[in-house]
Amino acid sequence: MSEEQHRARVVLVDDHRMFRTGVRAEIGRPEETGVEVVGEAADVDQAVSVIAATRPDVVLLDVHLPGGGGVEVLRRSTTLMADPEHPVRFLALSVSDAAEDVIGVIRGGARGYVTKTITGSDLVKAVFQVAEGDAVFSPRLAGFVLDAFASTDAPPVDEDLDRLTQREREVLRLIARGYAYKEIAKQLFISVKTVESHVSAVLRKLQLSNRHELTRWATARRLV
Amino acid sequence: MSDRPGPCDDRGVTTSVQQPAVEHLPLRKLYRSAEGRLLGGVARGLAGHLGMPVAWVRVAFLVLFMANGMGALVYAAFWFVVPLGTGGVEAVPQPGKDRRGVVRGPDKGQLPALLALAVAVVVLGTNVHYGAAGTYLWPLLLVGVGVAVVWRQADNSRRAHWMEVSRRRRLLPLARSAAGALLVCLGIAGFAVTRGLGPHLGMVLQASLALLVGIALLVGPYLVRLVQDLSEERLMRIRAQERAEVAAHVHDSVLHTLTLIQRNADNPREVARLARAQERELRAWLYRPSGTGKDENEEDASESLAEAVRRLAAEVEDAHGVPVEVVCVGDCPQDERLGAQLQAAREAMVNAAKYGGEGGPVQVFAEVEGRTVFVSVRDHGPGFDLDAVPEDRMGVRESIIGRMRRNGGTAVLRSAPEGGTVVELEMERAEA
Repeated sequence: MSEEQHRARVVLVDDHRMFRTGVRAEIGRPEETGVEVVGEAADVDQAVSVIAATRPDVVLLDVHLPGGGGVEVLRRSTTLMADPEHPVRFLALSVSDAAEDVIGVIRGGARGYVTKTITGSDLVKAVFQVAEGDAVFSPRLAGFVLDAFASTDAPPVDEDLDRLTQREREVLRLIARGYAYKEIAKQLFISVKTVESHVSAVLRKLQLSNRHELTRWATARRLV
Repeated sequence: MSDRPGPCDDRGVTTSVQQPAVEHLPLRKLYRSAEGRLLGGVARGLAGHLGMPVAWVRVAFLVLFMANGMGALVYAAFWFVVPLGTGGVEAVPQPGKDRRGVVRGPDKGQLPALLALAVAVVVLGTNVHYGAAGTYLWPLLLVGVGVAVVWRQADNSRRAHWMEVSRRRRLLPLARSAAGALLVCLGIAGFAVTRGLGPHLGMVLQASLALLVGIALLVGPYLVRLVQDLSEERLMRIRAQERAEVAAHVHDSVLHTLTLIQRNADNPREVARLARAQERELRAWLYRPSGTGKDENEEDASESLAEAVRRLAAEVEDAHGVPVEVVCVGDCPQDERLGAQLQAAREAMVNAAKYGGEGGPVQVFAEVEGRTVFVSVRDHGPGFDLDAVPEDRMGVRESIIGRMRRNGGTAVLRSAPEGGTVVELEMERAEA
């Protein structure tokens, strides 16, 4: 990884102070890891104001939060996420095993999801990946996504846009099997950049599928 | 999984709290007897309360009945006032015994008794002359019977509630209530006719209807609120029960594990194993799909593929102290071929844990896509070269590759690009 050329400013959002302290101690050493923790928040309101005030590169966001959960933080930070100059990016960090929690945060605009069992060095890697605009998929998230798309596979007629291509599916499967991006690239004889773009496409479709569902729902009820 | 305390255990905890209250029952309160009764259970209940044979009480009522129908009045009064319960001569409340078990189905003896009562009333009514009161006798009787029918309804629904069969026969109670109400109306109408209000009957009926509607309007909101309060209270109770269940579970397994961890604090491997097993159990318990988890007894029979993979992974994790991460996509019921595949997968997991466990967690991926079931097991160990394994070592060849081939599937072993071994198992499902 490119250690010195980048500094990532990070905000920690988690309602467990012990966990925040642990993460800060683990990754928040600017000299070694390049990560600087610029703010912490324990609930939704606090998170929204801290993020708006500090404008970090990456927000490490817990899924379960008092005041509406990570989804609510994302909903109230949409303008910051869309900022063309300096977008704030979100990485979900959760202990939850419920697919709908995790998929909900991803659909809300988070750029990836990692479990809390992740090691410090992997977390630093993930933070930089997200800061550079890539998506971070843990094997578990890949499994959730494959499941989510498999279950909505039956009805769509006009939603070819929402479906995963064969290649994207393959990439997701390899992630679910525990392969790193580099390994996937070797296995499929493509470049790491291509793997990353596939993953980004999956992420986009996942977020889009939400909007499409909404549009479909609205048109079905003649609201549009 | 098997050592997880089931829901039954939790319920055992909550009911044991109520036990002492039940045991205080023997202070003898007057109840109408719900079992072995002929009419309202008054005689039996009284007999139980006074400690006399039922027959004596019944004879006493009959004698009183002869005295200008006194017995009927007294009986009716008892019927109205005394609540239905489990009392009586034979059934002196037994401490600790569940009420539900005591109450039986409808007593067949009641029907002849009711008929006999009706005949007696008719005979009495036609033979005895009360002078001026005679004109009011029939309407009054009608009203009385109507009220009795409605009142008995309350008894029966209470009993039905005890027996929890009310759901099936919802029409019967309704019909009964309606019949009772009709009788009361007829009685009132008859009363009005005998009072010479015949020509104004329509008006009287209208007036009473208006009165009824008025009362309904006045009382309705209170009733609605009462019902709402009741359902809210029930919801709270359910929540409290759920919380108690969580508490019981946390108490049982988590505290137990924490104690074990404290005792094994100098053995990091054991601590890690305990903590992982507990985490897995708690997760399975917290995130299990609602509706499952109750039928733990028939575990093996109905276990789906994903559940089986998770269970195998947990077993390997416990046995070898290496974390096994499982990702499952899709699910399907098990069949014979998938059983063979699972055995092969288990063997692969054991190998991965034994020889590749140092490099990081073993990663298991299972996917059901259409008719194909794919399982991959990956470790981050030093890698594995099948050709370098001596011919006489049959573990991988027979347990994994051979087993898959014999059952019509395929197994591929290869090295992962950045080190470690990957075992890929593919199998077609049998016909559903």
